[in-house]
Amino acid sequence: MMTEQQTPQQRKDEEQRLQEVIAQRTQRSAGLWRRETAVALIPLVLVIGYAIIYPFEAVYTTLREIPGIGDFFPTPGSAVIIIVFTMMAIGLNVVVGYAGLLDLGYVAFYAAGAYMAGWLASQHFEQVTFHFWSPGINPELPGIHINLWIVLLLAGIFTAVVGIVIGLPTLRLRGDYLAIVTLGFGEIVPQFVRNGDNFKGFDLTSGSFGITPIDPPGFGDGLGDGSGGLLPVNFQRSFDAEQLYYWAALGLLLFTVFCCWRLRDSRLGRAWIAIREDETAAAAMGIPLMRTKTWSYAIGAFFGGIAGAYYASFKSGAFPSDFYFNISIFLLCMVILGGMGSIWGVIIAGTILGWLNIEGLGVIGNYLNDWFFEPVTGSRIEVPKYQFGIYGIIIVTMMLFRPTGLIPERRRKLEMEEGVHDEPAMGERAVNR
Amino acid sequence: MPSGRPSLVGLLGLFFLLLIIVWLGVNFVKDPQEFINVFFVGLTRGAVYALIALGYTLVYGILQLINFAHGDVFALSGLIASSVLLSVFGVTTDSGAGLVIVAIAVALIVAMVLASTLNVTIEFVGYRRLRHAPRLAALITAIGMSFIVQNIALAIYDVDYQSIPRLIPNSSVLTIGEVALQWNKLFVLALTIPVLLALTWMVRETRHGKAMRATSQDRDASAMMGIDVNRTISFTFALAGSLAGAAGLLFLLYFTTMRYDTGFELGLIAFTAAVLGGIGNLTGAVLGGILIGLIQEFNEGLAWATPGGDWTRSIVFGILIAILVFRPSGLLGEQTPEGE
Repeated sequence: MMTEQQTPQQRKDEEQRLQEVIAQRTQRSAGLWRRETAVALIPLVLVIGYAIIYPFEAVYTTLREIPGIGDFFPTPGSAVIIIVFTMMAIGLNVVVGYAGLLDLGYVAFYAAGAYMAGWLASQHFEQVTFHFWSPGINPELPGIHINLWIVLLLAGIFTAVVGIVIGLPTLRLRGDYLAIVTLGFGEIVPQFVRNGDNFKGFDLTSGSFGITPIDPPGFGDGLGDGSGGLLPVNFQRSFDAEQLYYWAALGLLLFTVFCCWRLRDSRLGRAWIAIREDETAAAAMGIPLMRTKTWSYAIGAFFGGIAGAYYASFKSGAFPSDFYFNISIFLLCMVILGGMGSIWGVIIAGTILGWLNIEGLGVIGNYLNDWFFEPVTGSRIEVPKYQFGIYGIIIVTMMLFRPTGLIPERRRKLEMEEGVHDEPAMGERAVNR
Repeated sequence: MPSGRPSLVGLLGLFFLLLIIVWLGVNFVKDPQEFINVFFVGLTRGAVYALIALGYTLVYGILQLINFAHGDVFALSGLIASSVLLSVFGVTTDSGAGLVIVAIAVALIVAMVLASTLNVTIEFVGYRRLRHAPRLAALITAIGMSFIVQNIALAIYDVDYQSIPRLIPNSSVLTIGEVALQWNKLFVLALTIPVLLALTWMVRETRHGKAMRATSQDRDASAMMGIDVNRTISFTFALAGSLAGAAGLLFLLYFTTMRYDTGFELGLIAFTAAVLGGIGNLTGAVLGGILIGLIQEFNEGLAWATPGGDWTRSIVFGILIAILVFRPSGLLGEQTPEGE
């Protein structure tokens, strides 16, 4: 643009003009950015604000007393469980929604996280006494007691490693074979922890009794309010334990959502979507298939591990009977209902299904029994017993009539409409491949 | 897998195989009679698995779809057969042979008709609309269907085990030393082998079988050749369903007790069997079923260095994973795209 014929004056003018243009554009785009973002942020801020004030007794008790719909608001204790499962669903969404790999054994990651909390924050390993920033626990107490915040991170890393170990041999497989292998792992892990109480006399998992109790989260003596700090020393011993658990869970959920939201637009996230849309083309464009897929496993597992460890601490126990195949399907149902790949969708579906699972089916069952079954048939039916039948119906209905989910991800919707997918749908036998 | 050049993965697989052979050999030498008895138990169990596995393999062969609901169709039909036996005929251990035979025959027909109707309905309602959807959509639907069928069984029979009296006696047919073969085992074996032969004949020789094979290779071309693709697929589901029904009754007669969720685990094991033998291959399904049955009983019944019944599930799924990783085409299967 700037040639040698330009006089210094001309050059100066040119530069000035350019700077003005840049300044104008920056200003305009900055203004635009501010206005658009502000509008987009309003619902977000409202939702988060509502979520933050929800566990105050004044708020949720008022809401729960509204006639008619009051039953639809969970207690803060139930809300913790809802949040934890939503978090797992978002982790699973990375694998199923972003990378398009059907994982039917996500419960294995949940179990790995929970047992990590059991090993590192309980009296399970009585042989040693190791305390590190433990939340106000008698330092004489045997066992490994590491502060739960560190355990959460370690559980995430451990679970990610488990994910990589499971992924490395199996991610070579495509589609339904991969699904079956993950299902296999999801069945092996619970049996492993159930039988893991006697490896040559070494008790790793306490067998079917599970590891209990597990230390609650807390900030211990350094930051805790017991020694002049502001933060609670130990959640369990606080007067508002449920609220603390709730806020911490909400914080973890927001962290997960933020990470997954940013990941989707990252280089890695775009590679996942490329693989989901067309594996062969993605490979041809130079995306390392194995590494990218393994990352999706590891990251999906990471959040599952954190959620599992936190839930174990909330329940104060890791029990093998918690980790069964249906949990994997329950989480998958959240992802499908919300829309594979859509973070908002998964959050909403996770909240709905989590609530249904804990309180909702009982509530709805009571309504149905009062208004329909008892007057008409004269008997009451136990709706929560059929929860997985109901999830089955949800899965089938969604797949048949709205495969993109409640809140479809834009890209996924296009894929479904235009039929971009690498696997031939219920394909013919690929003879010549 | 490249042939000729031994790969690390292949060598690992061979090593595992060698370990298993050594383990079996030592057990045989230590107590041959026990070994043979356990062998018969395993063979019978394997025959039941094989019947279920045939259903998976038939459907997979034509649609490349894992019909998750198959195991639950099996369980539901078995439960209904138990109702026929108990409520309609009221059989007990003291019932005369004539009544028992009639009851079993009627139960068999009811179970088969019901299971095949159910299976065809599932295909019609669910899978048919998804033939052009992404493959995972169909698989996910199949999982949903499986839960629906399981909950139908739960709604009818609740969570209790349904038990029937032992109708096929477990007295010995022939005894050589300490080794014995019982009537109920013979019955199961005597039923599985003809079913396999009939199926193989049907798929290889009849027009229906030809249509099935053509449809599985290229649906569009088959349609152009005048094959009614929808009808052929429905027919396959009906066939698979009737096998599930027969397997349900057989399971009930041999093990005498089942529950609404029996089908889930049995379904997974049978699917493993189908994969082990080479999914899509009928003989492979039977071979795989019998191998899995043997492995399970050897694991639970033999004395030397066995992990024991606590680990059965892990072993079965370990085999599934190993097969998919080392030899995705299965023992008898053709090379699939998974093989690469």
